[in-house]
Amino acid sequence: MTEPLSRRRLLALGAAGAGGLALAGCDKLNGTPAFRSLLESAEDAHRGSQRLLGGGMLAPEFTVADLSPDFRANGSRTAAANAEWARHAANGFAQWQLRVDGLVLRPLDLSLERLRSLPQRTQITRHDCVEGWSAIGQWTGPQLGGILKAAGLLPAARYIVFHCADSFGGAAPYYESIDLLDAFHPQTILAHAMNGAPLGVAHGAPLRLRVERQLGYKQAKFVTRIEARSTLAGLHGGKGGFWEDRADYAWYAGI
Amino acid sequence: MTEPSELPSAEAALPRGGDRVRRHRLSTRLWHWTNLVVITVMLMSGLMIFNAHPRLYWGKFGANPDHAWLEVADHAGRGTLRIGSHAFDTTGLIGAATDAHGQVQAQAFPGWMTIPSTYSLADARLWHLAFAWLLALALAAYLLWSLANGHIRRDLHITRTEWSPRHILADVADHARLRFPTGAAALRYNVLQKLAYCGVLFGLIPLAIGTGLTMSPGFNAVAPWLLDLFGGRQSARSLHFLAALGLVVFVVVHLAMVVLAGPFNEVRSMVTGWYRLPAERKGSPRHEHPGHD
Repeated sequence: MTEPLSRRRLLALGAAGAGGLALAGCDKLNGTPAFRSLLESAEDAHRGSQRLLGGGMLAPEFTVADLSPDFRANGSRTAAANAEWARHAANGFAQWQLRVDGLVLRPLDLSLERLRSLPQRTQITRHDCVEGWSAIGQWTGPQLGGILKAAGLLPAARYIVFHCADSFGGAAPYYESIDLLDAFHPQTILAHAMNGAPLGVAHGAPLRLRVERQLGYKQAKFVTRIEARSTLAGLHGGKGGFWEDRADYAWYAGI
Repeated sequence: MTEPSELPSAEAALPRGGDRVRRHRLSTRLWHWTNLVVITVMLMSGLMIFNAHPRLYWGKFGANPDHAWLEVADHAGRGTLRIGSHAFDTTGLIGAATDAHGQVQAQAFPGWMTIPSTYSLADARLWHLAFAWLLALALAAYLLWSLANGHIRRDLHITRTEWSPRHILADVADHARLRFPTGAAALRYNVLQKLAYCGVLFGLIPLAIGTGLTMSPGFNAVAPWLLDLFGGRQSARSLHFLAALGLVVFVVVHLAMVVLAGPFNEVRSMVTGWYRLPAERKGSPRHEHPGHD
């Protein structure tokens, strides 16, 4: 009977040892650049497969009955630390303008009134935070695609960057970016209204991006400038967004 | 040692207790050890992702202002797990636990259960979403391979006789008495084994993959019917967690059975494919049920 027992003990010891080694090993692998870039290559697979299968398909839309009773405001709940934004906010954003520039034929300055006079899209969609929670809200605003057409993208333009007035944690200005396929998607709008009322400060007044097939951190709030670029390199941390730069979140947030 | 193929007649061809026999095909062994790594990584990185928002909801939406059916919280250093209206003090394990540096960490699952071991939602997602491809591709490859080599039909298919309550109850009674099949009978999966393996292969893992895909806003545009199937994104998230819990229960029972059935022989058979049949019990007349033992 001693032989199977010692084997059993050996197996148990082996299992415990392997478990401990595996834990330490995972943390070590997590810090290994080659392994990380291998894991990161899955992001290309996510984007590639979803673009292949999804193309221009629409995100599900909901009804008024589905609205979250209390839509959680997350991230920056104000941009008051930005003096220019605070001045506009005090004035009801009457003199506020959205700048559209970069690789465009005709740079634009669009007032809130002008944005409201463009053809509008209203959609009830689900907002999914990367952390796991979801809230359903109704958004109204002009399609980004129409504004980009009015500005006239130059052939070299590949990315649309959203520069924001807020600075989460006071570190660096918030910004986000999307590719042209999402920029010209019919549900990609610049929302100035939420649940039938002007966009509140906590949700990014006066204007926020809605790019409905991606996670919450892509939905830039307090948008003040839209820039068309050929590359994301050389802009802030170079990864195309505030959280992408700061915490290594995936640039493509469709999953 | 007698090789089954070398035996002369069909009747004598049945291997006996003590014989060394081929038990697991290459496909099964590859799938098993791939799973050991992939399921472990999925589970541990998944627990870290849960830590980012340790609340579960039913329905299309759910956030902090909404009712959570399950919540892990830290109340001044006391870890609490609440399910419905029942709250449990889980200090030391869930909600608040002491880390390797002696500091009390207010996070749902402690560092020794998670990948990475210190809080990083971004890194956990990196692991989870990359290994998800391995899990889905390995499952697809294994099921196709097992369909082709007859594993599903011969070994996993539950026959009508085996479905009979009398047969299942007899098997439950055998397990309760830790009375495992011996001799040639040990070559075949018993009905509880089949139910467990089929439950994982055709139930829990597909449920985990399906509910995982349903949480992707990009995939919702591709297959909005998944949202209807699982009752909305937050229901899918809850079911995803429950599927993971089901897999943990399976692994615990599976490991217990391996230890009880003789770990060396069992592990060896999953590594090399060769298994030594347990010797027949002497003296005690065995009750028989058709299609089993």
